[in-house]
Amino acid sequence: MFDQFKNWYENRHEYAKEWKAKTGGKVMAYMCTYVPEEILYAADVLPIRVYGSHEASDLTEQHIFGMYCPFCRDCVAQVMEGRYDYADGVMISQSCLHMRQVYSSWEIHKPTEFMYYMPFPIAVESKHARPHLAAEFKIFIEAVEKWTGKKITVQDLDRGIEILNKNRELMREVYKLRLLDNPPLTGVECMHMTSSSQMVDKREHNQALEKLLKELPSRKTDRETGIRLMIVGSECDDIEFMEMVESLNSTFVADDHCTGSRAFWNSVEPEEDRLLAIAKRYLERPPCPTKDATKNFVRFHHVMEMAKEAKVEGAVIIQQKFCDPHEIDIPLLRKRFEDNGIRTYFLELDVTVPIGQFKIRIEAFLEMLRADELPF
Amino acid sequence: MSDIKRYKTEPLKCWGKAKELRAKYYREYQEARSKGGICWSGGAEAIDVIPYAFGDDVHALTAEPYAAAIAFDPEFAHKCESALESKGWARDMCAYMRNYWGSVLIDEYAFGGPFPKPHFNLQSGFCCTHAKWFQVLSLWEDVPYFNIDIGTIPFWKEEHPNRLQYIVDQMQDSIEFIEKVTGRKCDDERLIEGVYNDSRTTSLWAKITELNQNTPAPLDEKSMYSLYVFTTLDRARKEFVDFYEELYAETKDRVERGIAALATERLRLMSDSQPPWAFLRVWRYLEQFGVVSTGSIYTIGLEGVWDIADDWSLTPREDLKSRGVELKTREDALRAMADWHMRRPIYAMFYNADWKSKLMVQYAKQWNCDAAMLHLNRGCEGTSLGIMENRTALIKAGLPVLTYEGNMGDDRDFDEGRTVARIDTFMESLGLNKLT
Repeated sequence: MFDQFKNWYENRHEYAKEWKAKTGGKVMAYMCTYVPEEILYAADVLPIRVYGSHEASDLTEQHIFGMYCPFCRDCVAQVMEGRYDYADGVMISQSCLHMRQVYSSWEIHKPTEFMYYMPFPIAVESKHARPHLAAEFKIFIEAVEKWTGKKITVQDLDRGIEILNKNRELMREVYKLRLLDNPPLTGVECMHMTSSSQMVDKREHNQALEKLLKELPSRKTDRETGIRLMIVGSECDDIEFMEMVESLNSTFVADDHCTGSRAFWNSVEPEEDRLLAIAKRYLERPPCPTKDATKNFVRFHHVMEMAKEAKVEGAVIIQQKFCDPHEIDIPLLRKRFEDNGIRTYFLELDVTVPIGQFKIRIEAFLEMLRADELPF
Repeated sequence: MSDIKRYKTEPLKCWGKAKELRAKYYREYQEARSKGGICWSGGAEAIDVIPYAFGDDVHALTAEPYAAAIAFDPEFAHKCESALESKGWARDMCAYMRNYWGSVLIDEYAFGGPFPKPHFNLQSGFCCTHAKWFQVLSLWEDVPYFNIDIGTIPFWKEEHPNRLQYIVDQMQDSIEFIEKVTGRKCDDERLIEGVYNDSRTTSLWAKITELNQNTPAPLDEKSMYSLYVFTTLDRARKEFVDFYEELYAETKDRVERGIAALATERLRLMSDSQPPWAFLRVWRYLEQFGVVSTGSIYTIGLEGVWDIADDWSLTPREDLKSRGVELKTREDALRAMADWHMRRPIYAMFYNADWKSKLMVQYAKQWNCDAAMLHLNRGCEGTSLGIMENRTALIKAGLPVLTYEGNMGDDRDFDEGRTVARIDTFMESLGLNKLT
């Protein structure tokens, strides 16, 4: 049922190259989920998010200092390997310093015909952020128009909004099924679905989601749900890790990371000024820790609501090594979970995952959670 | 040794005054609350002219130099770091933030007594740590917090009206915030005076460091680390403007009379990033080889404001009054201040490795540097962004480069013996022996 998504995830580069050959369109490789994909769809450009490969590489040392995160190192390795050579454009919507480094190294060593740095606001809660971001989108549109030679109309923007919103809505429908006592999908399957949404034409992805939603509610799986877990933290497409955890009589039923729900949880609400509408959506989405800096700790509220709704029994807190924004959040976030009666376990991720060691640790965590259920 | 040219040297006359001013600054913050004044804290990029406009008894604690002061005392720094680590925070986070947080957690001020809790925190964020630093602090201290997002591309690279307006609008909001927190009204005349002062302070620092293009260099970087700090403490204060006027005059005089920072200057170095504060003696070690460190993009451009031309050449930006900028209203003042500070070269470090490389290569040319020594700083992700690309760019530009790993704020990440051994090897490769 999830084979199509898995296939897209595993063959993302082949897909993008075929898409280019088929459509004659341009591909934009982008960093971070604050990139307004609506505008790229409006311009008939295919946005694909830059991922690592989880393979060890010796190509990054000369470009990035060792205390930068494994994800950004992995991304730079992919670029230097030439795996994104088919990309016509590269852009970043400003988030963390580490991804800024990826963009920089890309620009220096493998510049494409279109390079774009979008200064996305940090103070997403400020009432001034919205008009500012809408103005940034206008500047971006002008640059894209110059690049593609195509004028972006209001109708084009509406089309982009509709494609994105539909994708978000359909994936949220799938996420509702994760809330069931016996969810008909695993965390790994869900991750294949969400990750691939960032790699392929969302119109095709939407068709696959519609098909999935016809079949998924009545799906009977031959596995027990076991302990209900949430995974929270940095970028995560560590399929092998997720598979290992779910092989231990547990299921990920919720997530908060940018390869999962954080990227699609809210939609663009229609209004006359399309750019203001799109800006509102990105400013109000579940924030990355880099965008959550007020005393309200908006991110924590969102994560706890999600955990409660999914009846989560334990939370696996993951972090790309050296990721400061997450490192700042984690002790406070863990406390928030524990105060709400949800145990947590913290793991630091690298390019490759030490499955054996992590398995022992996760087993112990799950055993502890099961012990909580004993009647004494 | 007899073949080595020897320049005349003299101690800096204003050195003692610098020490006094610094001590006074930290004391005034500490005593502000008990004297009925206002105390506040924020980072070096916080727009401190705004609190300045609320009275002469408003005193700041600037986070980074305070954390650097902690780092200079490893024993105290270890107490701070341990307190934080025991609560679950990682030791690879921003070292300045960790030192500051630790000082609050153990409730000890680096200059004696309990940590003086501010009335409010006011920050300006552009990297991934700045805004969150005070988010957590404000939670612990239970004090109001306002963050001005200045995370737009530096104006010397790209200017768009919405970016300036975004910052100015937030500055206006921050005034309302301070009025609400303190119950005082913003004095617009004082704001305008502060903006002029701020631009003068930061322009003067650029002019002072420009003088280091001369041979012999009138200032060495270790001394500059103690002198540049006033641009980060409370830039709008008249006493800091006056101090820099004095330092500028003295440095010009040194240049005119050929007074050197190092008598045996024979190789000119450029550095990068914040230094490992607990090990500034490394700079003195370099002097044994006749090496003077002239500064860096960090030293000249953290707060020094420069005009950056299309060819990346650097010229000190004339202050607002000298430029004939007339400020009549609060809006005028805020707009001028936002525009001014978004022209710091330091932002190159936090956004784009290529911009920084171009500035560094240009620095090497203008300051006549023969080699570079780059700090792979585990304590600051911002100034380490792209540093390996910078290394490559400098080498391509023909400059020999030495890298060493360390941490500006945490001495546990610095191996002094290994660093000295690397310096020895580097000097040997440059054909330099110790002069004594």
